[in-house]
Amino acid sequence: MAETALQNVPSVYEPSLFGTYSKKIGMWLFLLSDSLTFGALLYAYSYGRISTPDWPTPFHSQSIANATIMTAFLLTSSLTMVLAVRASVFANAKAQRLWLLATMACGIGFILLHAAEWHKLLAEGLTLPLFPTMPGSASTGEFANVAKTVPQFAATFFGLTGMHMLHVTLGVIYLGIVALRRKFIPVLFVAWLAAWLLTPSYSPFHYGAHVLLVAGIVCSIILWLKPKVYDSSDVEVAGLYWHFVDLVWMFIFPLVYLMSAKIL
Amino acid sequence: MDAIQLAIEERVAEQHRHHGKAQFFWVWGALLLMTAIEVFLAYQNLQPVRMLTILLALSFVKATLIIGYFMHMKFEVSRMKWLTMCALVACLALMMVFFPDAFRILRLGVR
Repeated sequence: MAETALQNVPSVYEPSLFGTYSKKIGMWLFLLSDSLTFGALLYAYSYGRISTPDWPTPFHSQSIANATIMTAFLLTSSLTMVLAVRASVFANAKAQRLWLLATMACGIGFILLHAAEWHKLLAEGLTLPLFPTMPGSASTGEFANVAKTVPQFAATFFGLTGMHMLHVTLGVIYLGIVALRRKFIPVLFVAWLAAWLLTPSYSPFHYGAHVLLVAGIVCSIILWLKPKVYDSSDVEVAGLYWHFVDLVWMFIFPLVYLMSAKIL
Repeated sequence: MDAIQLAIEERVAEQHRHHGKAQFFWVWGALLLMTAIEVFLAYQNLQPVRMLTILLALSFVKATLIIGYFMHMKFEVSRMKWLTMCALVACLALMMVFFPDAFRILRLGVR
């Protein structure tokens, strides 16, 4: 009875100190902490670069072109994301869903191009000790030489870009849940099976695909415990996360790729 | 959800309704243009320190545009803007304490 009575009185809490709703403040706090994670990785990369006189500059024009297209994908996805937020505040559910799907498409394009870039580097011999050996990968040559003489390069490169790729993947899943809710769960499990079965066992993505399985299980539990229709505030909070992964790439692209471009 | 949260959400949504679409396209165009400038500069054979300075300056401008317009920070209350951004910049700046050690290794070598 007391609980019923409490539900009928106006809230006794004070208004927000930051002038916005608590979900958004929560996401901002998460993003601030996550930016320190990426900050630490970028500083580690820069530390290695400063302290290593013969730091390699192995990225040919093909890699730079690939990374530039990836950047364009992420920037375009940020535009489609703000358009999704805009559609949500005007309660245009159809446009909101379409813009969210467009954002996801750009994110998937980014992940596929990035995976192709990793595959190319691994085939050329740039690898980490924890990665399985790729049959037929070059044991001599420029990249294999880099992996042996400056191991910090491969460690910081794969650590930084792998962490970013993980964030983009989780972002695509987050947007998929906001856009399609329960309908996205089977898509996620099919994507996991496809990624697991279609990638060869020596590829890091063969094991990385299990991220999709874990995400599918977690999302299923969340949607089972708290099924809801996502409103404009949820779309805006998801957008904050998505813009953050775009923002981080704005530092990774010049520091990792452009500063290591091979100028012939 | 309590009534205050719902009222705040509606007020934020109302703020969003006043923003025109055009500004987002301008910001997107500016970000793409700056990316093109960065790629152009990468092939100009500049001194590494000079190139790093220019690239980082452009990255900070791009980050400001993304945080300000896409992440809506420009339209938040000043308390939100200053507390979050100052905390972030201060924490990231503190991490620079490691760089003198990197220069020491460069000068003296590892033992």
